[in-house]
Amino acid sequence: MPRLSYRKALTRALADEMARDESVFLLGEDIRVAASNVTAGLLKKFGPERVLDTPLSEQAFTNFATGAALAGLRPVVEFQIPSLLFLVFEQIVNHAHKFPLMTGGQCAVPVTYLVPGSGSRTGWAGQHSDHPYSLFAHVGVTTLVPATPADAYGLLVSAIRHVDPVVLFAPAGAMDVRADVDFATLAPVPIGKGRVHRAGDDVTVVAVGHLVHDALAVAEELAGQVSVEVFDPRTLYPFDWDGLTESVARTGRLVVVDDSNRSCGIAGEIMATVVERVRLLAPPRRVTRPDGAVLPFAPALDRAVQPGREQLTAAIQLTMKDG
Amino acid sequence: MTPTDPVRLYRAVRLIRRFEERAIELVRSGAIVGGIHPYLGQEGIAVGVCAALRADDLVTGTHRGHGHVLAKGADPARMLAELLGRVTGLNRGRGGSMHAADLGVGVLGANAIVGAAGSILTGAVWARRRRGDDIVGATFFGDGAVNEGMLLEAFNLAALWRVPVLFVCENNGYATTMPVEGAVAGTIGGRAEAFGMPAAVVDGQDPETVRLAASAAVDRMRAGGGPELIEARTYRFDAHHTFEHAVRLDYRAPEEVARGRSRDPVEIQGGRLADADRAAVDAEVEATLDAAVEFALASPEPDPAGALEYLYASGLVARMGGG
Ligand SMILES: Cc1ncc(C[n+]2csc(CCOP(=O)(O)OP(=O)(O)O)c2C)c(N)n1
Ligand SMILES: [Mg+2]
Repeated sequence: MPRLSYRKALTRALADEMARDESVFLLGEDIRVAASNVTAGLLKKFGPERVLDTPLSEQAFTNFATGAALAGLRPVVEFQIPSLLFLVFEQIVNHAHKFPLMTGGQCAVPVTYLVPGSGSRTGWAGQHSDHPYSLFAHVGVTTLVPATPADAYGLLVSAIRHVDPVVLFAPAGAMDVRADVDFATLAPVPIGKGRVHRAGDDVTVVAVGHLVHDALAVAEELAGQVSVEVFDPRTLYPFDWDGLTESVARTGRLVVVDDSNRSCGIAGEIMATVVERVRLLAPPRRVTRPDGAVLPFAPALDRAVQPGREQLTAAIQLTMKDG
Repeated sequence: MTPTDPVRLYRAVRLIRRFEERAIELVRSGAIVGGIHPYLGQEGIAVGVCAALRADDLVTGTHRGHGHVLAKGADPARMLAELLGRVTGLNRGRGGSMHAADLGVGVLGANAIVGAAGSILTGAVWARRRRGDDIVGATFFGDGAVNEGMLLEAFNLAALWRVPVLFVCENNGYATTMPVEGAVAGTIGGRAEAFGMPAAVVDGQDPETVRLAASAAVDRMRAGGGPELIEARTYRFDAHHTFEHAVRLDYRAPEEVARGRSRDPVEIQGGRLADADRAAVDAEVEATLDAAVEFALASPEPDPAGALEYLYASGLVARMGGG
């Protein structure tokens, strides 16, 4: 079976949607020459009107995309750095997200914001290592964090076809993942549907984005002692609460591993919603970045701040001990 | 250039003048909650610019936006119903004074984030032109907005990509209480010229003068020219916002206000009509607004059960906040 990398899956999704729908176009910085390597080959195929290289004007080009969407196009905006989302939080939240309600349903804003390389890139330090997906889930913008190449393809396709704004985070920690994929099976992945990567009986581990791969490794390591179910929400907003409830109702235990800062991160929302719905056998636990984390430069410090496999292993073992 | 029609221009400025005066009465009576930013004194700008536009051209307005929406052709009754938060309002009561929008007449919304709308309009006009429509756009903003980076980024994008957007600065001398001299280094027109955009200063109190300048710019843009800027010098006759009616802020000397009010766009344009014609227009406007007030007051309020309707064009239903 052919191997598909996560990065190439994104490229393929862009190319397929651009070929399928004339109204889809890309804009962003250095996308002409594919500096992030996601838009590779697209300029040649689709021309400069549909692969629009922008000046460094994130706020204006994010609003520009909103305007183009109001006029009937489907822009995909690529951001070079996850922290640029802080710069355009205003434009996404205050305009793109609010327009449908504020106009009383007169319009839709079908824009996709694509962030290739979110989270730590190892050695890129404080201003290039953020993972602000919880912020977008909090404000209610559709938020996707695919973990695998097939999901990266399928969720990006769905994002582009969606009529509301969507932020798609492609974690740096997942960009180089490769998988055997039968290209004929590549298909849109429904927004708002989670996925059980590994079935288990004792504890549900919810893992976000690249951490799905860590959770699977830990589950394998612990296989003799604990039967771990790995649940990948794929969409953080709207979250697949029914899918997760079904899993936790079976296992009775919950551990969340989430690359957000702890306070008000998505892990907190996942735990709160589960305890509203399910009587657990043990208190839920979460493994996250620390409160208010800024990723330090030195590799050992960078790693120390990110949720890791040892912490996840410990959290699972403690949860099993608790009940 | 369309031939002058003094009656049409007069009817439009008179309508906005009396609409605002009626709206202020409705603020005082409590029928409009949250107050308004009155457009009194600045009517000639929206009217002059919109008289130069076609029905399919696009505009965006500001927090002081009633005049822009009405001048582009929105129904005053539905506009007033919007200010009252009624289901019959332009935005079904979801937008209110600062977000009134009527996409059907090319108004992509009043926008209450100072400096934001120019980039949205640039994207919308670019998208429509790409489809082959020979439309142009006009975006209104105040003197306060010329210090917002987002707007200056929009100047650059529009000029760079030759998007035919008329940037209309309504220089009323103040951003809330901050005088222009205390806020603007260099000149407003100089900002446009720095991006290679033609800039003109016009008397914003004379609707006909504004119309002539806007028509000339629109003709050049429609013929393939890039964006242009018009700085319309004007004076705000009333409060920044109606909250000032209760809280006196000390920033404009009474003599200055009197001087500003002495050049009244309604009088300037009205003076071009025979007395009988003017009286006939006044009566017609009054009848329109009587009917609008009656319509708005008689319209039903929205059902609280639908408070988050239209939040998502995709129809996603958000979780409500109760226990
Ligand atoms: C980005 C932003 N900053 C501040 C405000 C609060 N605010 C609303 S109107 C206003 C003054 C705007 O002045 P100007 O652009 O000259 O327009 P005018 O009110 O004079 O029509 C301010 C500061 C805002 N709405 N948006
Ligand atoms: Mg002003």
